[in-house]
Amino acid sequence: MSKPGTEDHILKPDVLVIGGGNAAMTAALQAREAGKSVTVIEAAPKAYRGGNSRHTRNFRCMHNGPLGVLTGDYDPDEYFDDLLKVTKGDTDPQLAKLAIENSESAYRWMEAHGVRFQPSLSGTLSLSRTNAFFLGGGKALVNAYYARAEDAGITVLYDAHADHLEISNNQVTEVWVSTRAQELCFKPAAVVVASGGFQADTDWLARAWGPAAKNFLIRGTPYNRGVVLKDLLDQDIQSVGDPTQCHAVAIDGRAPKFDGGIVTRLDCVPFSIVVNRNAERFYDEGEDVWPKRYAIWGRLVAAQPDQVGYAIIDSKSRDLFMPSVFPPIEADTIPQLATKLGLAPDKLEHTIETFNAACKPGPFKPTELDGLSTQGLNPAKTNWARPIHEPPFYGYSLRPGVTFTYLGLKVDQTARVSGKQGPMENLWAAGEIMAGSILGQGYLAGFGMTIGTVFGQIAGREAATHA
Amino acid sequence: MLNTSSNETYEEARRQLEICNACRYCEGYCSAFPAITRLRAFADGDITQIANLCHNCRGCYYACQYTEPHEFALNLPQALAKTRTESWQAYSWPAPLGAVFQRNAAASVFITIVAVAALMLLIRALPATSGDGFYAVLSHGAMVALFAPLFLFPLICLFVGLKRYWKDVGGERITLAHLKDAVSQAATLRNLSGGHGEGCNFESQDRFSQARRHAHHAVMYGFLLCFASTSSGTLLHYGFDLPAPYGFWSLPKLLGLSGGLLMTLGCIVMLTLKAKADAALSNPETHGADQAFVGLLGFVGASGLALYGLGSTAAMPALLALHLGAVAAFFVLTPYTKMAHGFFRLAALVRDAQQKP
Ligand SMILES: Cc1cc2nc3c(=O)[nH]c(=O)nc-3n(C[C@H](O)[C@H](O)[C@H](O)COP(=O)(O)OP(=O)(O)OC[C@H]3O[C@@H](n4cnc5c(N)ncnc54)[C@H](O)[C@@H]3O)c2cc1C
Ligand code: SF4
Ligand code: SF4
Repeated sequence: MSKPGTEDHILKPDVLVIGGGNAAMTAALQAREAGKSVTVIEAAPKAYRGGNSRHTRNFRCMHNGPLGVLTGDYDPDEYFDDLLKVTKGDTDPQLAKLAIENSESAYRWMEAHGVRFQPSLSGTLSLSRTNAFFLGGGKALVNAYYARAEDAGITVLYDAHADHLEISNNQVTEVWVSTRAQELCFKPAAVVVASGGFQADTDWLARAWGPAAKNFLIRGTPYNRGVVLKDLLDQDIQSVGDPTQCHAVAIDGRAPKFDGGIVTRLDCVPFSIVVNRNAERFYDEGEDVWPKRYAIWGRLVAAQPDQVGYAIIDSKSRDLFMPSVFPPIEADTIPQLATKLGLAPDKLEHTIETFNAACKPGPFKPTELDGLSTQGLNPAKTNWARPIHEPPFYGYSLRPGVTFTYLGLKVDQTARVSGKQGPMENLWAAGEIMAGSILGQGYLAGFGMTIGTVFGQIAGREAATHA
Repeated sequence: MLNTSSNETYEEARRQLEICNACRYCEGYCSAFPAITRLRAFADGDITQIANLCHNCRGCYYACQYTEPHEFALNLPQALAKTRTESWQAYSWPAPLGAVFQRNAAASVFITIVAVAALMLLIRALPATSGDGFYAVLSHGAMVALFAPLFLFPLICLFVGLKRYWKDVGGERITLAHLKDAVSQAATLRNLSGGHGEGCNFESQDRFSQARRHAHHAVMYGFLLCFASTSSGTLLHYGFDLPAPYGFWSLPKLLGLSGGLLMTLGCIVMLTLKAKADAALSNPETHGADQAFVGLLGFVGASGLALYGLGSTAAMPALLALHLGAVAAFFVLTPYTKMAHGFFRLAALVRDAQQKP
């Protein structure tokens, strides 16, 4: 990489924030409120500003007693237990507890900076105690922060990609940024990196995961390509998180390659059978309630030929799950449905007949584990197993949809990035780019925004103190 | 039934509503979203109802992660505005009039000019009477003969349209509780509050502002005060044998003056807000006609005020013709222009009160 023209464009904010999502804007506001000059570098154009944060709907928040839209209590111990369950212990307890304990004040901070909350959305009642929903969703949150930033005099550059951080003696000396029109060289006193993971770079994903990753869909922004992450790791900044793993769920196979967001999710699996390209079942669709299982289906589908699956239901299950963005493929007979889905009609018919024969009568309870299991079938379906025989029949194609990657930067309690010779002098990280320290594996709904908000505040404050 | 099953406007609204129903992030902004999430599939009647519940606050546009350039191309405020236009046109009676005025500013202006001219000719043609004040120019009898039918005819037209609406949206028997709920929502314009009470996104893009809500309040309450002024005059005339002209401290004058001021100012602010707002987030086809209508309403208010101020000067007969002409045009146009929204919105709110859990 050649060094851009430093003479013409020497830009020297106190704090330079790289990224334009929740973590970045939180850090920027915090630093600005500490009286520092702040510039934000956002790779996306204005219409797509806000990274994956623009797709979010809520954040997970501890509270003793009702807080705003949140009902009941959610104490830090229960919160931490929930985290241990999903990560199987793969978390830095100190950093995790820091995020959890500051989540309550984060609620108030968000509110004070223009974020508005709403009661949990219809169909998500189970989250009304633990997760505070943003009125209008993540883009409304992002809009609120950008409006505040504008009022506070923060400079925001859109379409501006940070390409390289020049580091010497554990100190960032320059940040090279390319915009449509020119190359800029910043010489900030302090830098906060909040540029997310690398999931939108499918070549990198394919190198890490294997060639199958080329067929994955990316649920969020196409701008999180891990450029800054890679640049820093190449300079021996310390990393955390499994470099080969990503969080993937099964989404509608017709979703766009990027930015399909929440509406492409499919909640039909527990009431369906799922087959692969060969019209064969491959996993227990009724293993557990959907919120506890939806995250494993990304991997399950990723392991099938062509990374594709097909969920099939009949008319009696049509209204049991949240509607999804595309109408299902519909047919009056199983062979017709198979043809429309591109599956071998006789094979699908055989699979469904075998499944139907293994279903036993019993009470069906869609909202709880009902134990209505197949008998003598491999793999079994251990709950909600009802024969599929009432036309019309419906089919959805499934593909793995990547939410985020786990590889990130190692930080300490002050969000300071760890360099090869100890803590960096003037570099902090917040959000997805350092979340691997806390979420080593699995995912806890709403925790991404909690990590971003809490560590965004810390990073902004610390960077301002240094600058 | 409104014949819309193969209609592109309804198809597009349906496509967007299905995306919203899979997302639901905007649930807290207004009454339209809870009505959306109560459904799994959207029949034409459902879409008509949801469209008329929408107050075009635009919250759901600026909050949407799927607006263009995203391929899902969400613009729900526009899709619902277009649906509303079509529904009002389909329900307007006689229907061809709806087709003429909904999208055509010039037609409204033309009607207004014709009405003013007609009034001028009428005043010229009729012999001077023995009445006082305005009645010296146009007798009370002549005014009643002219305006009673002009007032009643639009009401009949609207009634026919609302009955059709009610049938299409599956309306049930209306109770006092339904009416109370609907009127209180309309009276506070809750659906322009943004759900958080900070207003809508009409003219300041993604920032919230109360300007439109307040301007609309001014127009609506100003209009109602003017209506009350006329009603009180009628009551004084027939009930107490106290014909006009009235002094400053009389009920008709006080109500009329305050109403006229509110309405005129409200319409001016409304027009400035509309000029600032992005026309693509409403129905661009009706933008001009809507502006023309608000202009006419403001003109009714302003000419009324002028008449009050200059009523005893030589300009009076001309001003009277202007004012009464504008009022006549307003009445004639009510069922076929933006003014119809008030009636259909109220009906939608009543229907919503019946459907809310
Ligand atoms: C569909 C979906 C739904 C989700 N829902 C939730 C939810 O409800 N609750 C929750 O807690 N989490 C949710 N998540 C996870 C959540 O989005 C992330 O945890 C969170 O947004 C991370 O915030 P961030 O600020 O670190 O990253 P992002 O919001 O992704 O921001 C990264 C920013 O960096 C910019 N950028 C990237 N590279 C560069 C560069 N080289 N130069 C300059 N800028 C750059 C990007 O353009 C972007 O603005 C969801 C994720 C997805 C995909
Ligand atoms: S307008 Fe957009 S953000 Fe709002 S509910 Fe619809 S799809 Fe979701
Ligand atoms: S524009 Fe406002 S009132 Fe209309 S649907 Fe969207 S949020 Fe509701």
